[in-house]
Amino acid sequence: MAFVDFDRVSLAYDSSGNAIEDISLSIEEGEFVAFVGPSGCGKSTFMKLCTGLHGPTGGSVRVDGEPVSGPLKICGMAFQSANLLPWRTTLDNVLLPLEIVEPYRRQFRRRRTEFEGWARELLRTVGLEGYEEQYPWQLSGGMQQRASICRALIHRPRLLMLDEPFAALDAFTREELWCVLRDLWEAQRFTVVLVTHDLREAAFLADTVYVMSRRPGRILEARPIDFPRPRPLEMTFEASFTTLVQALRSRIGDIRSGGEVRS
Amino acid sequence: MTTQTRWRERLAPWVAVLALILVWEATVRLFDVPPFIFPSASATAQALVTFAGPIGMHSWQTFWTTMAGFGLGVAVGLVLGLIIGSSRFLYHACYPLLVGFNAIPKVAFVPILVVWFGIGSVPAILTAFLICFFPIVVNVATGLATLEPELEDVLRVLGARRLDVLLKVGLPRSLPYFFASLKIAITLAFVGTVVSETVASNQGIGYLMMSAGSQMRMSLVFAGLIVISAMAMVMYELFALLEKRMTGWAHRGQR
Repeated sequence: MAFVDFDRVSLAYDSSGNAIEDISLSIEEGEFVAFVGPSGCGKSTFMKLCTGLHGPTGGSVRVDGEPVSGPLKICGMAFQSANLLPWRTTLDNVLLPLEIVEPYRRQFRRRRTEFEGWARELLRTVGLEGYEEQYPWQLSGGMQQRASICRALIHRPRLLMLDEPFAALDAFTREELWCVLRDLWEAQRFTVVLVTHDLREAAFLADTVYVMSRRPGRILEARPIDFPRPRPLEMTFEASFTTLVQALRSRIGDIRSGGEVRS
Repeated sequence: MTTQTRWRERLAPWVAVLALILVWEATVRLFDVPPFIFPSASATAQALVTFAGPIGMHSWQTFWTTMAGFGLGVAVGLVLGLIIGSSRFLYHACYPLLVGFNAIPKVAFVPILVVWFGIGSVPAILTAFLICFFPIVVNVATGLATLEPELEDVLRVLGARRLDVLLKVGLPRSLPYFFASLKIAITLAFVGTVVSETVASNQGIGYLMMSAGSQMRMSLVFAGLIVISAMAMVMYELFALLEKRMTGWAHRGQR
């Protein structure tokens, strides 16, 4: 059975109608999937369902074979804003999940030095070595986002949820962080669900790109991306890649202009 | 910032005080105002020295009652703020009530307090408490209630309980709000004490000013005013210092 399994899932926050509707999909363990779609299509709702922050109003969500009934502790999350705590150093920010999630929480005092080692190692792999004792407001936006991703990964989650994590960064920093994420994923092979507006980002990173419709959000297409891995950044300038992005782009364009998809 | 501008900034408040005293002295002398209406700065200073003993005694009374009321206000304000701020429902339920309560002039409470507790220190402490706990409640509650929802999601998905979110994020995040409110609350507490003392006490600076005023000894009344404001200024600066020490991360722009 797949790692994440959605069976005809719908969610209505209130009586105004479904935010997402009739979503069936399965994500394999270690797969990298991306969700793209016009704004307000329920991508973030999908994330909430996947992590158990919200329950579905129809259908069933199963993760790792179990029906989801509450927040899943095997998840790490990162958002568009880094949301680091300004009174903690970068190192302490990254350690935060270990102070909360079991079983690390109980061992935190005893194994603190070991945990700090993990955090330093993780910070080193994303290129933040030497910034451990700095406060978040002393870091640039891109560095904050790197630290935020470290925080999402410190408790070794099996499922990483990313909600437009690079949307607020400049183009160069964004591409840099794509590679950081790619390398982390290649090394650890956790399952990633990436919600994004950026089609190049989705095509570069993901194994499967899901295209969602306008609200109520439905899956219109699941497009496998079979560029060989590891993928170099230069790949994004090749013709086959550009063609794929254009195909996705026109698909989204159709959704945006064509109100007849479903209103 | 160069050392010179820093020195200038540090000296500025003292220069302002000095200028005010000079203007005060000059105005009184120039227009020859009788001392029983508006005493000069020098006459007030003289009263401060002459009556140093009784002024000291009464200021001590005012000081400790204020601090007692303030301490009570901090404790109650903090607890109430935490309760109200951590629940949306309670926030909406209690806020109008608090605003209504805050609008009542606290001097109106003094007669009631006198009936309940008699004349003396207790009404002064309670008036100080009543007037100063409100800003603390509001600030702490606001600090908690304006928590970013994404941050809460990050923690909740890890299985954080409400108490975890409160301790790890809510409390540290509302600390700057809390310390900011302490500065306001301490000055308000002095107002509360003195108001109560003028109406219902036979000790304290408020009482001293009241009785000196009825004997037309205006220089002593002004001496009392100066002592109160000096005490409030010192306490304010103390809490400003404490705020900087405790929540430096929130004032990074001003370094």
